[in-house]
Amino acid sequence: MQTLPEHRPRSGQELPATAPGSPGPEQLQVVSRRPAATRESLFADNVFRSIVVLCSLAVLAIVGLIFYELLNQSHLSISKFGLKFLVKQIWDPVAEDFGALPFIYGTVVSSLVGLAIAVPLSVGTALFLTEICPRRIRAVLSLLVELLAAIPSVIYGLWGIFVLAPFLRLHVQPFLARYFGWTGLFSGPRYGWGMLAAGVIIAIMILPIIASITREVITAVPRVQREAALALGATKWEMLRMAVLRNARPGIFGAVILGLGRALGETMAVTMVIGNRPEIARSLFAPGYTLASAIANEFTEAVSNVHLSALMEMALVLFVITLIVNALAGLLVWSITRGMPSRALA
Amino acid sequence: MPKTLHTVSVRRKLSNGVALGLITLAALVVTVPLFLILGTVVLRGLGSLNWTFLTQIPKPIGEEGGGMGNAILGSLLLLSFASLIGVPLGVGTGVFLAEYGRNKFGNLVRFTADALNGVPSVVIGMTAWSLVVVTQGHFSLFAGSVALGIMMIPVISRTTEEVLLLVPQSIREAALGLGIPKWRTILSVVLRTASAGIVTSIMLAFARIAGESAPLMFTAFGNEFWSTNPNQPVASLPLQIYKYAIQPYDQAHAQAWTAALVLISIIMITVILFRFVASRGAVKGAQ
Repeated sequence: MQTLPEHRPRSGQELPATAPGSPGPEQLQVVSRRPAATRESLFADNVFRSIVVLCSLAVLAIVGLIFYELLNQSHLSISKFGLKFLVKQIWDPVAEDFGALPFIYGTVVSSLVGLAIAVPLSVGTALFLTEICPRRIRAVLSLLVELLAAIPSVIYGLWGIFVLAPFLRLHVQPFLARYFGWTGLFSGPRYGWGMLAAGVIIAIMILPIIASITREVITAVPRVQREAALALGATKWEMLRMAVLRNARPGIFGAVILGLGRALGETMAVTMVIGNRPEIARSLFAPGYTLASAIANEFTEAVSNVHLSALMEMALVLFVITLIVNALAGLLVWSITRGMPSRALA
Repeated sequence: MPKTLHTVSVRRKLSNGVALGLITLAALVVTVPLFLILGTVVLRGLGSLNWTFLTQIPKPIGEEGGGMGNAILGSLLLLSFASLIGVPLGVGTGVFLAEYGRNKFGNLVRFTADALNGVPSVVIGMTAWSLVVVTQGHFSLFAGSVALGIMMIPVISRTTEEVLLLVPQSIREAALGLGIPKWRTILSVVLRTASAGIVTSIMLAFARIAGESAPLMFTAFGNEFWSTNPNQPVASLPLQIYKYAIQPYDQAHAQAWTAALVLISIIMITVILFRFVASRGAVKGAQ
């Protein structure tokens, strides 16, 4: 963030008195001898300031309101199930008995699979863009990565159902089952869709955000660090590893956490490929369910107030988790890039 | 021990080559899904793209023909109404952060805006449901616009702040030095100088919400007919894609791909336009 000089004048009439090279004391007197106009512009200044302060207060109010509404609407579920809601495996709308554990499990596991795929690729992309790439390719490549971020979630889902899932079923899953089946992670019936497909889709969706923030963090590593490493005889990779990656580590970690925040809340694409079954299965081939996709699927069809309230409590859980995750990520990224001029529209 | 100063051991050379190769490979792999997705959308979507698709309302499920004219109109209406909420609040907050926000309260607002940016869209949709749909008693275009409008605010405010900070301090000082009050300086000098940047920030927010479907499921809901009434449910392209994708009919799938093509074209054009304006300088006279 760019810092501004602190001595900015508050309103017009203060400035001429301090500005060097201004017309002269006589004319300044004229300005300050018009208290009516000054009062008027002071009043207008205050009104303008109040308006923009109100806009900012609205932002605070909206976040407060989200929290309040979720808490209020999930009251029924909280009072009925208490903390057990978070550790129960039952999801029975008919008996009005609800537990969120399979959904929390599905959310966490699909996000972790997504991160496992996305982190090496996006850090590699960021390194390539900042350190290796010829200038001419850089603009094109970063535009391509940016376009990836602009594809709507529902189109990822559409592609996931009709292209990715059959591809995984026919080509990837048999391979994984044969060579890594012994881990227990890749066994059981192969549908194509399921936890693995959700993880792959999530990975593609969070690649751009991790790559762009990692890029920002890497750019913030001082040039002298690189030059020092090279001067000591390091190869390019040794320089990247010792001077760049080591210094940027907290920031890259922040970028990863920010990606995790996106992954946890990803809704439509995941809903379309994860299979939507509230089960905890070891195999990544098995269908699962996430907090967000359960909300998307069941909210408009909720059969009872308790059901509705349980879904609201899941939204509350999701809201609180993403708040914590984003705050953590923000702090980590800020610890690296503070003092750097921000790239406004790069 | 190295024999001469300039010798690098084979092992180090090899690991250098392998690592740099892997980094380059990662960058190439990342672009693959983009081409795969765009390619599939164009190939499968082009077949059903015709005038009927763009101008007709959907036929009953499973029947041939029909289009998504009402969903395209609905998406445009939702975007316009959302902008009525998101643009003034977003730009206002951005102005506050850039011009008055160098203090604790400014940091709090900045932090909250970032937090709001990270809130999953489906959660924002539920809040809009609870605030508007429950109060009104029915789904509506208005409820959908509230959800999308809220999502625009953090994007616009943070980008606007960054653009305003790019406006040279000397321009502000020149205006203030002429005796122009601060509010006029901000409105007529600072905002005008940064107008291109602010427009791009709005376009960025547009691209972000144009493809949103999760928050619309229980706010704007959907509609099979032409509707422009803010108090009635309204169809939207993203939600229509979802509905058609999960149907068992090939005809519906074909229409989903075509809708995806229309939606992605709108968004890509916006993003590329954004890049174009941004590369020509967000701020007149800066640098």
